[in-house]
Amino acid sequence: MAVEGIGARALRKEDKRFITGKGKYTDDMVLPGMGFAAFVRSPHAHARVKGIDASAALAMPGVDAVLTGDQLVGDGIGNIICGWMIHSKDGSPMKMGAWRALEPETVRFVGQAVAVVVADTQAQARDAADAVEVDYEELPAVVDPLSALEPGAPQLHPEAEGNLIFDWEIGDEAATNAAFDNASHVTRMEISNNRLVPNPMEPRAALADYNDAEEHHTLYTTSQNPHVARLVLSAFYNIAPEHKLRVIAPDVGGGFGSKIYIYPEEMVCLWASKRVGRPVKWVSDRTEAFLTDAHGRDHRSEAELALDADNKILGFRVKTVANLGAYMSLFSSSVPTYLYATLLSGQYNIPAIHANVKTVYTNTTPVDAYRGAGRPEATYLVERMMETAAREVGLSPAEFRRKNFVRSFPHQTPVIMCYDAGDYDVTLDAAMKTADYDGFPARKAEAASRGKLRGIGLSCYIEACGIAPSAAVGSLGAGVGLWESAEVRVNPVGTVEVLTGSHSHGQGHETTFAQLISERFGLDTDAVSIVHGDTDKVQFGMGTYGSRSGAVGMSAIVKALDKVESKAKKIAAHLMEAAEGDIQIEGGELKVAGTDKKLTFTEVALAAYTAHNLPEGMEPGLKEGAFYDPTNFTFPAGTYVCEVEIDPETGKTEIINFVAADDFGKVINPMIVEGQVHGGLVQGIGQALLENAAYDETGQLLTASYMDYTMPRADDVPSFSLSTHETLCPGNPLGMKGCGEAGAIGSPPAVINAITDALGSNDLTMPASPEKVWALAQSGMKQAAE
Amino acid sequence: MSKVSMVLNGKSVSADAEDRTLLVSFIREVRGLTGTHVGCDTSQCGACVVHVDGKAVKACTMLAAQADGADVVTIEGLADGTALHPVQAAFREHHGLQCGFCTPGMIMSAVDMINRHGPGNLDEKTIRHELEGNICRCTGYHNIVKAIKAASDQMAGMAQAAE
Repeated sequence: MAVEGIGARALRKEDKRFITGKGKYTDDMVLPGMGFAAFVRSPHAHARVKGIDASAALAMPGVDAVLTGDQLVGDGIGNIICGWMIHSKDGSPMKMGAWRALEPETVRFVGQAVAVVVADTQAQARDAADAVEVDYEELPAVVDPLSALEPGAPQLHPEAEGNLIFDWEIGDEAATNAAFDNASHVTRMEISNNRLVPNPMEPRAALADYNDAEEHHTLYTTSQNPHVARLVLSAFYNIAPEHKLRVIAPDVGGGFGSKIYIYPEEMVCLWASKRVGRPVKWVSDRTEAFLTDAHGRDHRSEAELALDADNKILGFRVKTVANLGAYMSLFSSSVPTYLYATLLSGQYNIPAIHANVKTVYTNTTPVDAYRGAGRPEATYLVERMMETAAREVGLSPAEFRRKNFVRSFPHQTPVIMCYDAGDYDVTLDAAMKTADYDGFPARKAEAASRGKLRGIGLSCYIEACGIAPSAAVGSLGAGVGLWESAEVRVNPVGTVEVLTGSHSHGQGHETTFAQLISERFGLDTDAVSIVHGDTDKVQFGMGTYGSRSGAVGMSAIVKALDKVESKAKKIAAHLMEAAEGDIQIEGGELKVAGTDKKLTFTEVALAAYTAHNLPEGMEPGLKEGAFYDPTNFTFPAGTYVCEVEIDPETGKTEIINFVAADDFGKVINPMIVEGQVHGGLVQGIGQALLENAAYDETGQLLTASYMDYTMPRADDVPSFSLSTHETLCPGNPLGMKGCGEAGAIGSPPAVINAITDALGSNDLTMPASPEKVWALAQSGMKQAAE
Repeated sequence: MSKVSMVLNGKSVSADAEDRTLLVSFIREVRGLTGTHVGCDTSQCGACVVHVDGKAVKACTMLAAQADGADVVTIEGLADGTALHPVQAAFREHHGLQCGFCTPGMIMSAVDMINRHGPGNLDEKTIRHELEGNICRCTGYHNIVKAIKAASDQMAGMAQAAE
């Protein structure tokens, strides 16, 4: 390896273990004497549990125990909570229905757990779970969120009359209405955002081990934020106080938001391990993952955009119904509110915005943050409206956007966010140039000569990342602060361990974070190791989601590095009898400016630990910790251009070209950033073309396996043309904005704008399946012929 | 319960396994080789791909007993000592992995793909089509395709040099 600092395309330090099969995921962990858990799950979307007969299961080979919700509640295990309080516009708090990890009375979605079996082997546990007899009394179910709000709809929770969780608003309603009174043109659309299943390739898993002598729990689990898991398990679920609970998230095979939350299964394993007196492992199968991992999106909206005679936006009015499923998951309330409606200003000057959001219970899997979380829903709405409005008023989509771009910063939007820096013209211009936007008419004509329909679509997205200033989110209802912590330990031999509260589950922190140390101290990245994912090692952490590990996690490391550097310089100055201000760190050495005096980093580190000759009063050692609380959100932004070709005979859409021009602020490792964008784009293209969580009217999930839910595969998607354009974020020391979610946020409207351009019809919902596209193509051709 | 014997990564192994034991469970649980992963239960994701008698096989579609007497290679057995297989090296060089969970299956499928088509005979379209049995949620496939193409071309060069 080598010194590889900021901006280097450093190959990943973590890769070797993954390409040789030496990664260690939760399911790879084995503890002596461990048993296996299998859950008994409701086959009904809504039913009363009249009785559970475990006698046959208990008689089966290898079975230790069958545990039910009555025992769980009897042992004082707490209900699963939502950690972000939202108040309705009338001031009343959100209506949280009771969610028990094993439900003793009323199940509210297919797959909800009512009991758990623990047995010697996984096969025995699953066999016995099948043998548990549950007597259900079926109740009427409601799946569609709009139907759930109708009078007479089946009611899910006594706490939530009419299935309404909250009726929230943001923005100035009177000013927005006034803008519409003065409009010379109004664009109106109904827009839905389809429900998705996150599908990290590693299913969730847990291995819980209770030590009764120490009254101590250890939990290995698939978590994006082990400290948050420990906090919630301790403070709300009464598993154990924090010092008696260690949570380890080892290698984690993707998350995309779905591994933020504390689910019933992980909690039940902890409780069951104590109950049965052996370590208990549970590994989700894929259908369990479809049924129980928190889903994403699922919005129905009506949007109106008011323009003046010069096609400047005057106002934006949005009404959204968000389906939160059967229960409120950990951050579910924040997604359709502060992560969504605060981004409705897009990249544009919009003087007045008002949004009303109603969230509703239905007999479906709970919905929470999935890659982008609220921001894809906002971007889809804004960018579909922008493209549509441009078509209606006869401007090119690019010109209409340029007319309304924010160009002066800081820019206060009418919906809380204050954009700190950006240059939206630069990314729009770059994307259009790379995509040869101007050459599109010729390509369209050429395609038409072959009987194919070509379309091109833009999407100019903005998102809020670097989540988030603790006091700000606290005032908006968050139950936690959203800072990050780090500790930098310089060992006596001069190697460095960085302990971070961020958690890598594919993002490459072990490399990117090491590059920061390499840059600062001129050390080989091999001399640096990044430690994460263990509450016994790392002092604290809020974890990885919301594209926060760079902007927040690395900022905490910078703060700790500043302290380490300051102490190292003091020691070096003392040893070389120089002034501290004259010490410079360069190429792994501490030098006295203007002289040939120098000490290696290792010599200074060793001096700190031998402590034979330190400045008067200085403590031995070279190790510093820091907490970093962001001062603002960060605002990554960019433009995506999608060009499609449609075969009107089959309805098949092929993406001919996809160009992304992003502004992520400072980029540490371009290779890793590009990888993040590729993955995000394919998730967004998946949403636009392929993916959909479909329920029948009784609440059965029709897409509960890879045979039914269309995951994007290699031959469904193209290769991509990417570029980045840096405007530095002024809010954090490195100027970073975040790149993890942009692809998934910005791409769906680009794809749908391209398809609707090709079809000449705007009446298209995601996913744009061949069936829907074919019908529109055929009716378009029929109209053209008439 | 029956005795299952096979050559696993070049070593003869033998163990008792329940009749319903899948090959993937035998590899992971009986033999403790956890590089082969289970990502689904419908033989769709390809995280469990291993080589059985030189062919890529989803180890969740096969009973351990069916592999009795076979020569099985998993991701742990692909490198030649400390020298990575060119496909392994190319995945790292081209950032063809992120979370690493699908990676062992991807690499084993890619090696088989190159073997079947012959080194140097893969273009992007073929690679994308051939990868239909392997799902990745992180990379968007872009860099996986690049890695396989690079490895295929490199292996062709190596084959030529050896001639």
